Amino acid sequence: MIKTDVIIIGAGPVGLFAVHQLGIKGLKSIVVDNLDKAGGQCIELYPDKPIYDIPAVPECTGEELTKSLLEQIKPFNTKFFYNERVDEVKQDKENWFIKTNNKNEFTAPNIIIAGGVGSFEPRKLALKDAEKFEGKSIFYAVKDKNFFKNKNITIFGGGDSALDWTLELSKFSKINLIHRRDEFRGAPHTLSEIKKLEQDGKISIKTPCQLVSIEGNENIESITIKYDNEKTEKIKTDIILSFFGLIMKLGPIAEWGLNMDKKTIAVNPENFETNRKGIFAAGDICSYPGKLKLILSGFHEVALASVECFKRARPNEKYRFEFTTSSKNIQERLGKK
Amino acid sequence: MSKITYIDNQGNSNTIDVENGLTVMEGAIQNDIPGIDADCGGAMACATCHVYVEEKWFNKIPKADDAEIDMIDMAFEPKKNSRLSCQLVVTDELNGLVVTTPEKQS
Repeated sequence: MIKTDVIIIGAGPVGLFAVHQLGIKGLKSIVVDNLDKAGGQCIELYPDKPIYDIPAVPECTGEELTKSLLEQIKPFNTKFFYNERVDEVKQDKENWFIKTNNKNEFTAPNIIIAGGVGSFEPRKLALKDAEKFEGKSIFYAVKDKNFFKNKNITIFGGGDSALDWTLELSKFSKINLIHRRDEFRGAPHTLSEIKKLEQDGKISIKTPCQLVSIEGNENIESITIKYDNEKTEKIKTDIILSFFGLIMKLGPIAEWGLNMDKKTIAVNPENFETNRKGIFAAGDICSYPGKLKLILSGFHEVALASVECFKRARPNEKYRFEFTTSSKNIQERLGKK
Repeated sequence: MSKITYIDNQGNSNTIDVENGLTVMEGAIQNDIPGIDADCGGAMACATCHVYVEEKWFNKIPKADDAEIDMIDMAFEPKKNSRLSCQLVVTDELNGLVVTTPEKQS
């Protein structure tokens, strides 16, 4: 059991800045995120796309913003728990207990939920039969390449992941690449390599078509695809790899007894506290009158939430508002002299 | 104001007045029309505001750009007449537009 002042759920820009706002007030925090790295939507959805509305930063990418935020919170030596999802939240008097799917346990008087629109999960195949083969012959990610050696693999998708894995796995397996339209979207160099593999007969590309059925009992034996001209084709397949991006699922948060407004959590805009004392929500996941889903709004929200967190974590101390430019305390916490 | 009709995959139809300048997605969200999630809020980053545009309208409305077409690849059961409703800006020309929402968005 790890004790801290604030448990932050979500390592997106808002979660990261929460670490800063808490840190300069002398509060310790830990961060839990379902992804394998910091950045949240900025990293998963638009790492290379520019953002133009961060105050005083005319232009930066999602990746650059994440890097700068991590740099800014370095002095606080915060512990991050990646690839973990918070499954359980329990209350004991003034403290909250949380348990992750990785069996890690934390306790703190405060929780800040900065979970964006929920946790990212791969978008699954629409076909009903797909579920029973999932994890056995249908995969949405490649964890161990060796498993995919010497197989008949059908890859669905038209973006970077589908193309990159087609190139990689074609080194030792037979690949069918299937996409719903003729154009693929990838780096020019990747596209030309794919074309070359097809010309050399190393891979087979089938477009424009979609999956209509999967045949097999324990394991997949074949699949049937349908072309836009209604023609169907059966393809011998051992493994399906599907790359249709990520979706955001709210997950267990919906069951924590918080007042929800559709997929968002209702908060008091004075301190961004939810209906449960000591649980705060900030960023895209919170809602209040006039809410804008902007990164800069999230920064404001955690700044205010951190004040209330201080009051709960240090009930015997008086909160004093301070500026980073003039406060010796803050400068010490930031490692400046 | 333009009339926009949203039909869900069960055939239930809702026709509402949407202010010009809003998107077809915003019209649905602001009027609690079910079937459109719009998780990313209109940033064209999630494909959960996916709709099928009635054939006769599909060729009339401004074409999708590359980024939208790429994102539609990620949508649930995309078809030839698929669009992201966050990219359909309501104008007088769209008065009477009919869109159908898919069985689900993710």
